[in-house]
Order: sequence, then structure tokens, then C-alpha cells
Amino acid sequence: MAKRPKSASAPTWPDEVFAVLKDHGIGQVGYVPDAGHTRLIDRCLADNEIRSVQLTTEEEGVSLLLGAWAGGQKGALLMQSSGVGNCINMLSLAQECRYPFLMLVTMRGQWGEFNPWQIPMGQGTRAALETAGVIVIDVDDAARVAETVHAAAALAFGSYRPVAVLISQRVIGFKNWKK
Amino acid sequence: MLERRAVVARILKDRGDALVVTGLGSTTWDTAAAGDNPNNLYLWGGMGGAASCGLGLALAQPERRVLVITGDGEMLMGLGSLATVAVQKPANLAVCVIDNERYGETGMQRTHTAFGVDLPAMAKAAGFKTSALVRTKPELDGIVKKLFTAPGPLFVAIKVSTDPVPMVLPSRDGAWILRRFRHTLLGDAADE
Repeated sequence: MAKRPKSASAPTWPDEVFAVLKDHGIGQVGYVPDAGHTRLIDRCLADNEIRSVQLTTEEEGVSLLLGAWAGGQKGALLMQSSGVGNCINMLSLAQECRYPFLMLVTMRGQWGEFNPWQIPMGQGTRAALETAGVIVIDVDDAARVAETVHAAAALAFGSYRPVAVLISQRVIGFKNWKK
Repeated sequence: MLERRAVVARILKDRGDALVVTGLGSTTWDTAAAGDNPNNLYLWGGMGGAASCGLGLALAQPERRVLVITGDGEMLMGLGSLATVAVQKPANLAVCVIDNERYGETGMQRTHTAFGVDLPAMAKAAGFKTSALVRTKPELDGIVKKLFTAPGPLFVAIKVSTDPVPMVLPSRDGAWILRRFRHTLLGDAADE
């Protein structure tokens, strides 16, 4: 098996995205633990002004953030593409109730995937979200993740709609299966 | 046996300024039948999401009491949310399940609680501070005050009969329900 390409240093995009979430006044973050979002989740957990809520399944995040918005708080859901399928029916809340719903999705089953079991949901992520009425924005360049999240947040909170950013596996890096 | 409309009306009589989230579907009709209120967030969909919706609201509004009123079938579809709520320990949140042991909207098929699944025990095991099962009028009268004042998270299941009740529907426009709720709660800040 080919060796995993080494990056020169730890990625900075999670810290940049955290700053974007702060700039947009995000007060509540739902998450399901995820390797690609590890750094961002840790930043949220360490922040005194953000309430971070660990979920058992991603669909809880859809209704959690309806409640947060109803109570005057902006939110974001941090998740992996495999969790998108868990959300489909619950996303009807976002379409029917017209609340801003920001999803930051790290991709699997895509760029250099090793685990074939990740392929079906990873390849179907965009179509599933669009079918559920979510606006989907891709980003595959680490240098553009923060600006993309900023644009997605502006769109979601400006238009009261669900918006998902799909962060490519190219940005996350290959999973090291020999570790 | 307790009757669902009388139970929900009894609870809501003492609600004060509590914020109420209802679950798909009979508990939404029960809550509307007790009298429309702009502090009601009626859910007509998203089965399994009522408790986590109540959690998001309770965390955003820690000074206000939040009561989730949902059914046994709706709660069973979101059992994981009991764990999620328990970990967050919202002191201002109560979850009340109106348990007729049936899926009322699909033809009154039996739910898992009809076969002995014990929702209060599951909530307790998840880590809810208080959990109770109510079967009688005196028990109901004794629990209502706790629903609105006892430190949460609180879980109460109330066994009710399967007797049919008249259909009473609130607005089914989700955007309108949410906008009215936010304007009542937040005033002009709802539009910022």
C-alpha cells in the first residue's frame, strides 16, 4: 500500500473556520465525533460562549438547532458525510419552518478512500442533501475552507435556509490505516 | 384511566410563561385543544426530534422553563436524544410523554411501551435527574408543579387511555409557527 503523503504542518483551516463561526455569533454547536472535525470540535468545546452538544445521531442536530433558533441562538452542525443519510427526514423541519441551518460536512467515500463501505453514502451525499432541500457548496482546497464557510453562513442566516458545506477528503487527508 | 386531553389541559393550566414544544402528532393536537398560545412550538413532522428540539431551546433560553410534550411513539423514535439531553443536564427542561401505548396517527398499532418497554427507567438510566411514571389523577396533580419548577432534566411518562378524542388542529404552517414563537420570545430582536 502506498505511503500516506505527509503534510508539512498541522492544518490551519479548522482554526480559521472556528474564527468564522465566532464572527457569525454561533452560540450552539451540535456534533458527532469525527476525525476530520477533531480540531474544530475541540476549539468549540474549549470556548466558554459556545455550547457544544454531543449527539448520538446527526438527525438530533437538525431539531436541536431548530430549538436553538427558536430561542434566539444561531447554531452549526459538525458532521461526517456518513451522517447525512441519518438526517434526511428531519431536514423537512428546516424546509418547512424556514430556519437557518448550517452543516459543515467532512467527506468520506471520495478522495482516495480506502474503505469501500464508505463509498455509497459518500458518493450520494450531495444528491441526498439536495433532495432534502439543502443548498450544497463544495470546497476541496484547504486555503478556501474558511471563506466558503463564511459564505455558507452568510447565505444560511441571511436567507433562513439550510446550507451544507462539503469539505473534501482531499482537504482532510488520507486516513492512515496502519496506525 | 387518565384521558389525554384532560391530562394535557391540567398540565398547561399551570404553565405560566413556560415554552412548550410538542411532538408529532397527537400531542400537538392535545396542546392546541388546551388553547392556542404563541409560546407553543408545534411540530407536525420530524418524528423523534421533539426532545432534542426542546434541548436546543432550553440551552438557548436558560432563564425560561421549557416543557416538551410528546407521545410514546415519537419518543421511541428518538431514544438517543434521552442520552443527549442527560449529558447536557439542562436544569430548565422537562420532557413529558403522553403514553397511550399506541401509534395514534397510523391506526392505533401498539408501540413498544405496550409490550413493557419502560421509558422512565430508560430516562433514569440515561442520567435524567428525576423520572416518574404517572397513572392516576392524584399522581398527576402531584407532578404538575414539578414539571415547571423541579430542577431538570425531568422525565415524566403519563399513561392515558386510547379513547378517541375530537381532532383539534393548530396552524400547520411551520414558518409561521416559528416566526410567531420567536417574535413573542425575542421581540424586535427576532428580525435582527
